[in-house]
Amino acid sequence: MIAETDTLRLAPGVMLRQDRTREQWTLLGPERVLVLDELALEVVRACVQGGGSVGTGIDRLAAEFQAPRAEIAGDVLELLQDMRERGFIAG
Amino acid sequence: MSTLEPPVAVHLELSHRCPLKCPYCSNPLALEPAAGELDTATWCRVLDEAAEAGALQAHFSGGEPCVRKDLETLVEHATRAGLYTNLITSAVTLDRARLQRLQAAGLQHVQISFQDTHAEGADRVAGMPGAHARKLAIAREVVDLGLALTVNAVVQRHNIDRVDDFIDLALALKAGRIEVANVQYYGWALVNRAALIPTREQLVAMDAALRDRLPSLKGRIVVDYVVPDYYAQRPKACMGGWGQRFMNVSPSGKVLPCHAAETIPNMVFETVFDRPLGAIWQDGEAFRRYRGTAWMPEPCQGCERKEIDWGGCRCQALALAGDAGVADPVCALSDRHAEVIATAERDAARADVPFTYREYRNAAVP
Ligand code: SF4
Ligand code: SF4
Repeated sequence: MIAETDTLRLAPGVMLRQDRTREQWTLLGPERVLVLDELALEVVRACVQGGGSVGTGIDRLAAEFQAPRAEIAGDVLELLQDMRERGFIAG
Repeated sequence: MSTLEPPVAVHLELSHRCPLKCPYCSNPLALEPAAGELDTATWCRVLDEAAEAGALQAHFSGGEPCVRKDLETLVEHATRAGLYTNLITSAVTLDRARLQRLQAAGLQHVQISFQDTHAEGADRVAGMPGAHARKLAIAREVVDLGLALTVNAVVQRHNIDRVDDFIDLALALKAGRIEVANVQYYGWALVNRAALIPTREQLVAMDAALRDRLPSLKGRIVVDYVVPDYYAQRPKACMGGWGQRFMNVSPSGKVLPCHAAETIPNMVFETVFDRPLGAIWQDGEAFRRYRGTAWMPEPCQGCERKEIDWGGCRCQALALAGDAGVADPVCALSDRHAEVIATAERDAARADVPFTYREYRNAAVP
């Protein structure tokens, strides 16, 4: 499992890209496209591209969305775990 | 059908030239000579049109895309057009310097085909001494440079017992992804079916071994598994549905719904000189012919899986039933299914069938 102390990055060959035709954000990887909803996009920005640990990213998300940290932490970790298993993020 | 989605990816078959001679090659028997290939400016226009049509990814393939001296230019152009770029290669002509140039041009991902896990077997299938060693060396460079690597393990009778070794190889190379691709029997592979198709027992053993191993690979490497469908009960959704996700452009600029589509008789293909890619995608005759479900006869029309597998592969229906417009005969509901099994079993039982190597001198005259 991904821990809050982990630092993550996009896996090699994965990029965050705005798809203007379909008006959505995506992670593009080898033969893969992952469409990000608003929450997933914020999670990637905070916890993968934020420059700090996963935990720091969760702090930021909690502040931004004015949500109780304990409530969102589990969902965020689950989302990140799923992205890692599908090869979009590493670390 | 609901409104038409834009294409997800475009496959550019830059050239049919290739230093390898794989007997399972999916290229058509009528290989395009170098003189028939599109020039740099036309490929660049095609890339712009692909991005314009909504494609997200450009796959440079062939033949061997690296035979094109303008590959760097094309990758750079694709990147500037906003496309994710992917190189599908045999790797034998690559070196570190060129990989670095391609990376600087924006290349994201390199997919290298492996014919076996040991040099002797691999080189025999590839028809090129030393090929396997070169591939290993280049694969290491790819990872070392920080590019994403996919190991494409092409599985057939002669290596199917080593799928575990293929996975070990991919892990040792630090590949992010492995494609366990059981050979699909069209193009040259169809000619060589009796020399390539595994037995049912081989297949069952491979499938069990792979499925056993999958859980332990989670999070370490992405495994894409192309199931061999000759012995299956239901076909797979070829290309994610005809004309629904992919466009393929041949070396001379024919715009195809799939790379084997040219085998279908009486189908007219527009070229990149006729109309922009997006227009061909929208309402090109070849794209519309088998798109969605309206074209389907029974048993597909009344089948609950019709929007899952889209009736299977059109080219396989043609190859096995003589008609591209019927259910893929690997489907157990097809009235041709028993014949398919019999063909597979008959071919699989044949020993010592020599390869017909994929080379220009064995090619059909276009
Ligand atoms: S399958 Fe083999 S012969 Fe065909 S294009 Fe690929 S490397 Fe070349
Ligand atoms: S009958 Fe047609 S739609 Fe149904 S499973 Fe077979 S091929 Fe697929």
